Amino acid sequence: MSTETDDTLFTDVDLVWEHRKNRIFLAIIFAASLFGVVALALLLLDVASDFYVGLTEYNISLVDFFTRDGSRREELSGFRGAIVASIMLMIVTAILSFFVGVGSAIYLEEYAPDNHITRLIEANLANLAGVPSIVYGLLALAAFVNGIGMGPILLAGAIALGLLVMPIIIVSSQEALRAVPDGVRNGSYATGATEWQTIRRVVLPAAMPGIMTGTILGLARAIGETAPLIMVGALFVNRMPYGPLDRFSAMPTQIYNWAAEPSQHFIHLAAVGIVVLLAFVFAMNAAAIYVRNKYETEV
Amino acid sequence: MSTETNPGPGITGGGGAEEDMAANRRARRLLFGCAAITVVTTLAIFFVLLDNAASYFFGARFTEMLLGASAERSVTFTEFFTGARWAPDHATPAHGVLPIVFGTLAITVGAAFVSIPIGTATAIYLSEYASDGVRAKLKPTLEILAGIPTIVYGYFAIAFINPVVLSPIAETLFGINIGRYSMLSGMLVVGIMTIPMVSSISEDAMSAVPDDLRNGAYALGATKFDVSTKIVLPASISGVFASYILAVSRAIGETMAVTLAAGFNANITPNPFDEIMTMTAYMVSMARGTTAVGTVEYQSLFAVGLLLFVMTLAMNLCNDWFKRRFQEEYR
Repeated sequence: MSTETDDTLFTDVDLVWEHRKNRIFLAIIFAASLFGVVALALLLLDVASDFYVGLTEYNISLVDFFTRDGSRREELSGFRGAIVASIMLMIVTAILSFFVGVGSAIYLEEYAPDNHITRLIEANLANLAGVPSIVYGLLALAAFVNGIGMGPILLAGAIALGLLVMPIIIVSSQEALRAVPDGVRNGSYATGATEWQTIRRVVLPAAMPGIMTGTILGLARAIGETAPLIMVGALFVNRMPYGPLDRFSAMPTQIYNWAAEPSQHFIHLAAVGIVVLLAFVFAMNAAAIYVRNKYETEV
Repeated sequence: MSTETNPGPGITGGGGAEEDMAANRRARRLLFGCAAITVVTTLAIFFVLLDNAASYFFGARFTEMLLGASAERSVTFTEFFTGARWAPDHATPAHGVLPIVFGTLAITVGAAFVSIPIGTATAIYLSEYASDGVRAKLKPTLEILAGIPTIVYGYFAIAFINPVVLSPIAETLFGINIGRYSMLSGMLVVGIMTIPMVSSISEDAMSAVPDDLRNGAYALGATKFDVSTKIVLPASISGVFASYILAVSRAIGETMAVTLAAGFNANITPNPFDEIMTMTAYMVSMARGTTAVGTVEYQSLFAVGLLLFVMTLAMNLCNDWFKRRFQEEYR
């Protein structure tokens, strides 16, 4: 091949333009990548500045905020009842969803035969994860609040949230169980252990950090969920709940109540509430990362 | 496992192999019961929504009809699906679901215009261009964005996007005075919320494209731009589409952000600065009032909920289909 034909072959390629096109493309996608970061920064700055303005210009006292319950009157409103309700909700939700969720994951990973029923359960799980959260609220409203006459109590909200986080717990537990190598199981079988003994004494302890991480992340999602609680009827309750059978309003529903008010004082109360809610969410995420890093043993 | 052979009493100690096997069978049944609960949940959702929606359309729930209640036409399907006014709680009620379906679809389409281009570009940047150092910072930041509760996004819309960003623009450029709520702020905030979904799932799909394909293109003299847009993107397109469907499905079911951003006025309007109402916002507005069981407002909750559930279910089934195609390609 002579250089002459090479020259004619590549004359239609404009290298300068190709390089410029590359640089423009990189600039565009880099700017797009920064869009999310900028949005997050603006959101956090907006909440932080409203929090600050709330404390200084609207004289929201943090002591009062943590020691008073909600109120129709803006100057008497606090967050105590909502915080207590949210903590209670998380405890009941965890109890309701953890055992069933981990149990389902164990069945699917360790026992389930590869048949139609198993595939149905797996496919259903994927769809369940995509059901809008408000629909879980409708289910709890019709089946528990009104269906069996439970009323708008904390337990009904916890059931809705429990069903909502179940797919998250199952999927993350499945991943944790799958990460335990088969050699460990076979070693246990070789000593004569049954499947259940192997799961209980060998597989489950090894997978526990992963399962706990997934559960905490699921609860971190649940603590910010608002729509199911609103459907269950967790609005307009101001006092602190005294147990899972009491009426309640949790942190996100209280924030919604305040944010939907036209008064600027209430808007700034909402900002202070959001700071507390985000502190809970970030603390739970940090706890999940800590558990993963600390207890994850090499198997 | 063949643990059929019965070991001597000395080996198993106190328990005995028979007992161990029985415990194993019990555990298996119990755990299957746990897994069955997930299927029961789906069935319960479907049943509860259908049953209660029936009273909206036929005047009695299916379960009540079984007990002898007569079915009478309450709201006709024609009115529900073609009526252009939605006000079941009004003195002169109207039951046309179109305005709130319009609200939901408008927010969804608007949000897709934000999240799809930005999410895809972010995914290409993360998968093809970003250095390890940048990736290590950018990915956790996007994960934080995904972990923020939707009520906080709603607050962001009502306290920042609408009054601080959109209101001045509408007033200076178009001379429109916008209120607390606007369709555009709903679109923007839901778009921002769904960026991390598009970017993380698309990036997974792009990273799964084998390097051989990239190197083949480079060997032919392709630039990085050519490889990204003509090799990686087409090769990962089913995974990328799956992420779009997931984001759209999430936007359809999104509640708190759109309720606080777009408002409670059910109308079909081309003006992005108008207040509109989505299906989910309608449900919240009903829950905010004192809606008694048995009223048509209460029943309408479930008719709208059923429609919402069916829409997202269709999206999820599409997503399943795309995911299966994507998995078949490179494994």
